[in-house]
Amino acid sequence: MTKWIKDGDIVDPVNGTVERGDLLVEKGKIAAIKPEGTLNDPGPDVTVIDAAGKLVIPGLVDMHVHLREPGHEYKETVITGARAAAAGGFTAVACMPNTDPPNDCRSVTEFILEQARKGGTARVFPVAAITRGQRGESLTDFGDLRAAGAVGVSDDGLPVVNGQVMRRALEYAHYHGLMVISHSEDLLLTGDGVMHEGEISTRIGLSGIPAASEDIIVYRDISLARLTRCPVHIAHVSTANSVELIRRAKEEGLPVTAETAPHYFSLDHRAVVGYDTRTKVKPPLRTPADVDAVKQGLKEGVIDAIATDHAPHSTLEKDVEFDRAAFGMIGLETALPLTLRLVDEGILTLVEAIGKLSTHGAEILNIPGGRLMAGGPADLAIVDPACEYVYEEADIVSKSKNSPFLGTPMKGRTQLTMVGGEIVWEQA
Amino acid sequence: MNKFDHKHLLSMDPLSVEDITLILDTAESFKAISTREIKKVPTLRGKSVINFFYEPSTRTQTSFDVAAKRLSADTFSLSASTSSMVKGETLIDTARNLQAMKPDVIVLRHSSSGAPHMLAREVDASVINAGDGINEHPTQALLDLFTIREKKGRIEGLNIAILGDIAHSRVARSDIKGLLKMGADVTVSGPPTMMPVEMASMGVHVVHNTAEAIRDKDVVMLLRIQLEREGPVWAGFPSVREYATFFGLNRTLMEQAKKDVVLMHPGPMNRGVEITSEVADSPCSVILDQVTNGVAVRMAILYLLIGGAKSDKVD
Repeated sequence: MTKWIKDGDIVDPVNGTVERGDLLVEKGKIAAIKPEGTLNDPGPDVTVIDAAGKLVIPGLVDMHVHLREPGHEYKETVITGARAAAAGGFTAVACMPNTDPPNDCRSVTEFILEQARKGGTARVFPVAAITRGQRGESLTDFGDLRAAGAVGVSDDGLPVVNGQVMRRALEYAHYHGLMVISHSEDLLLTGDGVMHEGEISTRIGLSGIPAASEDIIVYRDISLARLTRCPVHIAHVSTANSVELIRRAKEEGLPVTAETAPHYFSLDHRAVVGYDTRTKVKPPLRTPADVDAVKQGLKEGVIDAIATDHAPHSTLEKDVEFDRAAFGMIGLETALPLTLRLVDEGILTLVEAIGKLSTHGAEILNIPGGRLMAGGPADLAIVDPACEYVYEEADIVSKSKNSPFLGTPMKGRTQLTMVGGEIVWEQA
Repeated sequence: MNKFDHKHLLSMDPLSVEDITLILDTAESFKAISTREIKKVPTLRGKSVINFFYEPSTRTQTSFDVAAKRLSADTFSLSASTSSMVKGETLIDTARNLQAMKPDVIVLRHSSSGAPHMLAREVDASVINAGDGINEHPTQALLDLFTIREKKGRIEGLNIAILGDIAHSRVARSDIKGLLKMGADVTVSGPPTMMPVEMASMGVHVVHNTAEAIRDKDVVMLLRIQLEREGPVWAGFPSVREYATFFGLNRTLMEQAKKDVVLMHPGPMNRGVEITSEVADSPCSVILDQVTNGVAVRMAILYLLIGGAKSDKVD
């Protein structure tokens, strides 16, 4: 059945345009994209989706989520996580390997893909571990993992402590065409820290994680990119210094890319006053100056992509004392409205914002999606940019509810998400 | 009726100068009770106070117990080892179970910063923070303020030094907040490894040299050095001997302070480490007065939180 998405404002991050028009979907693909008034009447045998006043955007691509399966299905599963992704306008997610067992071999990668097929909502692209058991010692079988369907490697959740191991990972992954995603953290410097080390941690008596804990490993991995001339992608950038280091690396022409998460440009360490464990995340919420630097990095293109680092945790991990609580917050369903705030603030244009949430992440991981083009897969979302609502627990599709944005006014909401021409999410 | 409009005592932050003055004045009137032959008044008869000490404490726990009993409240004690928390029960579940027994006050000592704030969200009882992690110990600060006012006649305008492991001290945080509110000038001092970042943002002077810190001070407050931390690099000091030599307080150093200086320590004291016995036992030391005053101040806090008619308290 042909679907006619009618009169929407079509956002095309590849060509940098927003134009009113029509989009036809046939056999899972985009059959045509036509400017307003130029589409020949496709006849009566079509489903019309009225998109007047709405944005039609490429399905969002989140290059950094935690789906918790296998091992922690009580927090999230591949199926529930993919559904939460669809609710947030995402049609593809790349899931990190810190499951139990970790995704460090073909059988786990295949298992994740099998679960994703059952879900039938957002596409799932597994990121495999860099080292066996994420122990930081020996490399996993990158070639075999790629053949099984892995799109990148990372020990996310943990850094690769050993510089030699990281060097070999960059070299070997590049040969297999896999991106290495760096969780940049000096664990010894982090110590028992639970929030950003600064004025607030001093005042409220929580152990601090210094900004240097991130900066040092960002610097190391940029140095390794220079040494090996192999690409590295820096995950969840949160400090002004990291932004500066990545800026210089790009000016030098090094193959370095970077992502940040919405909470690093939406909240700062003052949110932790009151000891709400939903504000506990790694890297931690930083200072207002860091927030400004991250925004500036996004504006200048130093930070290529916005990824959520969606990290579901149940009340077992979160309804406990602050220093015992797990790090991480969910993000798939709030990323779009939080990013659209940057458009309202004049930091990003609409096209840039959507590009950072879709095209760029897909390009970095070299996965399909993140663009609207005739002949391409019909992975897209329809967004009401004017819809204002207060984000409540009842809205959450994810299995876990650990969001610091509950009770926050939001603007911009996904109305419909389509994957391969099938509607996988519709806002009630 | 009292004018104290707080349900809990979790931090020094929400207390106004008037609140603190009211606590100290009330404590003054209660102090006499402890010197009578019959050290008991019926003020809190029928009220129950649970002392929940997740971390070991001698002084503070006993002080709360004595304070509550002198006001005729019933007291119950719970420690981490006797509570179900050793069986894996969470703090929230423990809190709900305690609440089901309808106490009027829960006094909590806990190793995690912010634990009393969490407890206060879960229970109807008034929660008193008896020390949480490295965050605050407000009743200690209030008894310190009481002792200073008693010895010096005022707090405003005094020059006060706090020495030791500022980073890991909940006493320091509460003292600093209270002293600054009451108009004192506060200097903190300790090795750079024991000083939190951006300490000056709290409104204190930061120095590292002990002699410089105590020069011309009216009051010198010492913090306990946590000997159990000796050695590992995160502890902040390489050895006890090194600390005692370069940062410990001795008689020669004390000559830097004002002639009528008052010396305080929240206990337990490590003689020969942060303080020599000679100084600890010298006439300027008011360490035992602090303990005596602790009972009166905690009586005042219990009374102000749950005594008399209850208004619609919000905090």
